[in-house]
Amino acid sequence: MCMLHLTTGRVGCLLSKQVVVALTSSGARMSSHGHHEVSDSVDMSQPMYWDRLDTPLPDRPWKDVLDSTDKSLKQKEKGPWTALSKEEKIALYRLKFNHTYPEMKRPSHEWKTVIGGMFIFFGITGLVVFWQGHYVYPPQPHTFGEEWQAKQVQRMLDMQINPIEGFSAQWDYKNKQWK
Amino acid sequence: MSLAKPAMRGLLGKRLRFHLPIAFALSLVAAAAFKYGVTEPRKQAYADFYKQYDTTKEFNNMREAGVFESVRPTGK
Repeated sequence: MCMLHLTTGRVGCLLSKQVVVALTSSGARMSSHGHHEVSDSVDMSQPMYWDRLDTPLPDRPWKDVLDSTDKSLKQKEKGPWTALSKEEKIALYRLKFNHTYPEMKRPSHEWKTVIGGMFIFFGITGLVVFWQGHYVYPPQPHTFGEEWQAKQVQRMLDMQINPIEGFSAQWDYKNKQWK
Repeated sequence: MSLAKPAMRGLLGKRLRFHLPIAFALSLVAAAAFKYGVTEPRKQAYADFYKQYDTTKEFNNMREAGVFESVRPTGK
């Protein structure tokens, strides 16, 4: 079943202090950080990483705890980049960033939850409205009755309400019927 | 892998040069459509109605129907 998808790494921009640390199914996000406890709070005094479409370059790289292969790759990065192979360039990218833009923009199944939830609440509201119509509403005013409504329509036609483009314009006065 | 450098400047200007004439044209079309589709027929309908309107006759019809409080229907 699709669960509520809390967007991973959705941190606020630097002006807001709200950080929602997502519960991902992979957990890979937490494991590559050396300075992060298991608790849900984030140390806001440290530079943060984020995956955001509108703010592309986070304050720190994705992986800052590098093992020896990563460290040697970073050393090679200090030289001419034409010496790097394609795989090495991709590996350097993956050290620096968690998701690519297409990965950030990947579609999710969240819409099904949203639409389903909407319909559920429509249904509950419908039940409430029905119950209220039966148990809460007072009797209708007498002006709603058939006879009164007919007399009302006749009076409106007698007064020639909107005789040009509106109500009485639809009534055929000669033949006494609707046009 | 050498991609072309993307356009870095003049993006808003380019968008405006494209969209503003279209926006103006569509607004004018909307206004003209409303004028000739709604207001002119309406003016004509009112003019036609009042050409044929006999105020005294209609007043008497309404009076007989009993909608006035200042004049009662003729008779009892």
